[in-house]
Amino acid sequence: MTHRGARMLRVEGLARVEGEGALRVGVEGGTVTDVELQIYEPPRFFEALLRGRAHTEPPDLTARICGICPVAYQMSACRAVEDACGVAVSGPIADLRRLLYCGEWIESHALHVHLLHAPDFLGLDDAVALARADRASVERGLRIKQAGNALVERIGGRAIHPVNVRLGGFHRAPDRAELAGLVPALRKALDDALETAAWVGGFDYPDDRGDQPFLALSDPAHYAIDAGTPTVLRADGREARPFPLTEFEQRVVETQVSYSTALRSTLDGERHLTGPLARYAVNGRQLSAPALDAARAAGLGDIREGEVCRNPYRSIGVRAVETVYALGEALRIIEAYRPPPRPYEPVPARAGTGRGATEAPRGLLYHRYRLDADGLIEDACIVPPTAQNQGAIEDDLRRIAQAGLDLPDEALTRCCERAVRNHDPCISCSTHFLDLTVERK
Amino acid sequence: MNGRVVVVCVGNEYRRDDGAGPRVAAMIDHRVPEGTKVALSDGDPIRMLALWEPEDVVVVVEAAHVHPSHPGRLHRLDADRAALTTRAASSSHGLGPGEAVQLADVLGRLPRRLVVHAVEGTDFGWGTEPSAPVAAALPALAGRVLDEVAAAWRGVRARDADPVAESAS
Repeated sequence: MTHRGARMLRVEGLARVEGEGALRVGVEGGTVTDVELQIYEPPRFFEALLRGRAHTEPPDLTARICGICPVAYQMSACRAVEDACGVAVSGPIADLRRLLYCGEWIESHALHVHLLHAPDFLGLDDAVALARADRASVERGLRIKQAGNALVERIGGRAIHPVNVRLGGFHRAPDRAELAGLVPALRKALDDALETAAWVGGFDYPDDRGDQPFLALSDPAHYAIDAGTPTVLRADGREARPFPLTEFEQRVVETQVSYSTALRSTLDGERHLTGPLARYAVNGRQLSAPALDAARAAGLGDIREGEVCRNPYRSIGVRAVETVYALGEALRIIEAYRPPPRPYEPVPARAGTGRGATEAPRGLLYHRYRLDADGLIEDACIVPPTAQNQGAIEDDLRRIAQAGLDLPDEALTRCCERAVRNHDPCISCSTHFLDLTVERK
Repeated sequence: MNGRVVVVCVGNEYRRDDGAGPRVAAMIDHRVPEGTKVALSDGDPIRMLALWEPEDVVVVVEAAHVHPSHPGRLHRLDADRAALTTRAASSSHGLGPGEAVQLADVLGRLPRRLVVHAVEGTDFGWGTEPSAPVAAALPALAGRVLDEVAAAWRGVRARDADPVAESAS
């Protein structure tokens, strides 16, 4: 291996991430000088097109931002508009929301763990190669994902862009028998998910550590999914510090860079990370006993003993653990479920501003709406997790590319691709994504 | 009965020519023989794999990127060729129908027969209206799909009538 003064790597398309974009890594004199995550897909202006629309419309309109996590958009939108209108949804309707959200976590995590991320740890090109090498693991992932798909379809009305969600709840609430029909597949999926946690625990993980502040919702009632308070855990701090959602836009500030069409964010002026690692660090003690067992099997240690994982490669383990948790939570909710007297709470319009935040599979998703007295939207703000994570992904790339500069171009490119996939970026949310260029001068 | 006929219409109706699949679904839904399953798909391979059983005949309807491009031109691909196609990166995490066919093959989940009918698109931007060449080609595409479905049902009935001969053929 030689140390070259100038090199350039180019990847025409980064596989196994959502959307399109490019990555440029500049190297000069053996040092990575700059990293640019270049998201060039045209912005979609959802916040602008929401202006003038009725307060009842954001759940359906914003669901179209993403085909992977439409439930997250629906739930954050509902919470924000209901907040503006002074309505709080509770009881079985809130349980149904959490159940629907569990379905989205299960299907999203199962897809990423088994088909998108695992091949990186096994030296395989893609899910098809993994299926050839380890058919049983892919079959197991398919069963888990299908259990999540079925949950979303049963409650949401259809698997893609659910149509049964409305402001205040649902157009129609399922009866107990409809949900009970899902139980056998969910139980089987739970067994499968425990096996997956042990499977990923056997992978070889590069030794790495990110030092960005973590941002996740926290909820005293349970592991935050569908609600919670923004909470920050800094790399040098053991104590998680919450802040009111009303301060979100003062703390999480969006900025524009010339090389990306997607807005990015900083938290109190620093690049931060949201998503599975942040959730696990902030809320891991609230996981169920089976999920905590799965965490140990996945090699994450014991969060109750304060073992915070900051290795981005190990996000696959956290996703496996969260899948176990979500399946158990789904079974718990179904067991206790009694249909609500009516499937939704009325949400009459009033003038005001409301905010809502939930934990999308990829991290904290924030919505804010300002309504006039007729309920028409005057202003909207949506801050998705992948948009927030762009800076942290660049930090990881800078660190990982610097450590791998001695590698041949092809190997270094694969390292960079892996570094991006650690965060399961959803570019259609942030706006879309990825070609890679490394310039060495 | 020895399997069904399943039509999987892939695409996004809000991405112009990518909506060819869903548009064909609307055109044929009430014209297919009873028992035919017409399903919409966003191309997610795992959802696609759940749409059929091994004994089914599957007709996939898709918009295609082709280079060099002849927008509106129709294509018919069998499973082997379909597996060689990969979807543009705008699909879910870079996985699409081509990967679905490859995964089905590796996992032993290929249906009895899988055929893809595709129209070459040219505009996959935001919007609900297809480009003029694709819009003009959609009736012919729907007609080809209906012919394929009719032929598939003839095969199903022949197998029902003489399963030994059909399995040996």
